[in-house]
Amino acid sequence: MADGRSQIRRRVGLKLWLSGGWIAFLVMAALCAPWLAPHDPLAQDLFLGRLPPAWVQGAEPGFYLGTDSLGRDVLSRILYGARLALIVALVAGSLTCLIGATLGLMAGFLRGWVDVVISRAIDIWMAFPPVLFSILLIAVMGPGLTSIILAIVVIDWTRFARVVRAEAMAQGAMDYVASAQVAGRRRISTMFTEILPNVLPTIVVLLTLEMGIAVIVEAILSFVNLSISTDDPTWGGMIAEGRTSIHQAWWVLVFPLVTLFLTVLSFSQLGEGLKDRFDPVLR
Amino acid sequence: MQLFRAFLLRLFTTAITLSGVAVIVFFVIRVVPGNPIAMMLPPGATEADVARLTARYGFDKSIPEQFLIWLQGVVQGDFGTSITSNQPVLGLVLGRLPATLELSIMALVIAVFIGGFIALTGTRNRGTSVEAAIDVGNGMALSVPDFLWGLVLILLFGVLWPVFHISGRVTPSLDLPFTTNFYLFESVLRLRFDLWADIVSHMFMPALALAIPLAAIIGQLLKQSLKETMHLDYVTLARTKGYGENHVILREALPNAILPTLTLVGVQFTFLIGGTVIIERLFSYEGLGNMAIDAVINRDLPLIQGIVILFAAIFTAVNLIVDLSYAFLNPRLRHG
Repeated sequence: MADGRSQIRRRVGLKLWLSGGWIAFLVMAALCAPWLAPHDPLAQDLFLGRLPPAWVQGAEPGFYLGTDSLGRDVLSRILYGARLALIVALVAGSLTCLIGATLGLMAGFLRGWVDVVISRAIDIWMAFPPVLFSILLIAVMGPGLTSIILAIVVIDWTRFARVVRAEAMAQGAMDYVASAQVAGRRRISTMFTEILPNVLPTIVVLLTLEMGIAVIVEAILSFVNLSISTDDPTWGGMIAEGRTSIHQAWWVLVFPLVTLFLTVLSFSQLGEGLKDRFDPVLR
Repeated sequence: MQLFRAFLLRLFTTAITLSGVAVIVFFVIRVVPGNPIAMMLPPGATEADVARLTARYGFDKSIPEQFLIWLQGVVQGDFGTSITSNQPVLGLVLGRLPATLELSIMALVIAVFIGGFIALTGTRNRGTSVEAAIDVGNGMALSVPDFLWGLVLILLFGVLWPVFHISGRVTPSLDLPFTTNFYLFESVLRLRFDLWADIVSHMFMPALALAIPLAAIIGQLLKQSLKETMHLDYVTLARTKGYGENHVILREALPNAILPTLTLVGVQFTFLIGGTVIIERLFSYEGLGNMAIDAVINRDLPLIQGIVILFAAIFTAVNLIVDLSYAFLNPRLRHG
């Protein structure tokens, strides 16, 4: 058995390193975008429109990944787009986590009418098609970074609330909670000192997964042109442009798509890897 | 009797959920900035024109009042009039529904086939490198949402090796003899396989994009339950009787392992239907989702309302059917 376990552990380790590595790389690239980007991401030059990447015939030196139809440098736009994607991942992810996990914890541990209200709200939320709901919210609030973040929080809190509620309910039924009650602790203080630490690994995993979801939601919103102002570089906006000129300039679609793909995959694999790491059987 | 009462309770909570959705959508979209009426009129329209149209769509009344009027209409099957096209919302929405239903069901069928194949192959080759490869593939398919798979498919089979159409539902120049909007279904009924082939080559990629994550989930869960079932005594008995591995997996293990997967497929199917919104946009497929995004961009409030509520109704209906069929399929729940 020990042999199989170490094999799984090695595979989990590899998963964590690869996905964590890509995200660390992306964070560095986003932070250093002003120094790394060879061009101004907004600079248009119609004479340099649809230049192919550096290794393809007809390329211009300095435009490593080519240019889009307006002559904007694809590499620079990907680098600056990473900033928005990562800010959304971090801020929207943490806020969603904070609100969703708190509500789930309350519903699962306090039970009673709190649970009834929160569970009913979750049911209603689950009946909304999420993509349509987010587009609707952006239309209501107007495009912009704050709207994107708020839309993600408003829609995705149920992801945390559902899982954390179930976990908190399971923990609440255990003996150690009863003994904390017997010792005269208040319910609320038991919730934070006894239940929360035991649910925390699950919350961390969910948070990592949520960051990947936030990145994809931002990409979808900018794909339908509802994210931030249309000039600012976003991966989704680049993909939307690439989709329309796919037969003339594949690179406008392919490079942002690969970046987005790897980022979403990494967040998700990181979450899965952490889940395995926290699994007491494997420890 | 107990089952009947559970059913009534379920129906009741479904009704609450749907009214909750209706209320939320109604109030949320009335906070929309930008006057939808002003956008409809040509430049140079007078104040009086604006006032007349505002009154016609009822936007001059208070929001609770508007809600009551709207609710009254809904009870009578009237979901209002679309602002952009000036047609009844119900007709517009029902006209697009078949396209989305056909796409979702095609995706579900593809997902069940691929997922089932993955699970059976994985169980047949359990403990080998084939199973390990399947696990890695499943993990990837699950991690990446349908939107990205759609883009990858467009690149692979629309551009690199163009075998499928990447936009639309059917080639526009074709002459369509259909009386309903269930094109795929009707083309089979009318034995027009030329049209059928054209429709399928438009639908296949969006359906596959929707199916990939679900196929991975089905593959993973079904494989797990199959492997657990393979250890049970009756399976060992079947094996000692001399049945081959394929017979044991398909005839003995599968019927007992399939129940958890069925429930999961039901729940996941609603996620798949939700995914059609962006996938239809990506493939310019003329379904409900594409119409919804246009409605949001054009601030067509009555239409948005109708579409969101229809989606919510489909979601809750699917969940209801799943719960009922689970109660029906699981003998332990059949007799209360």
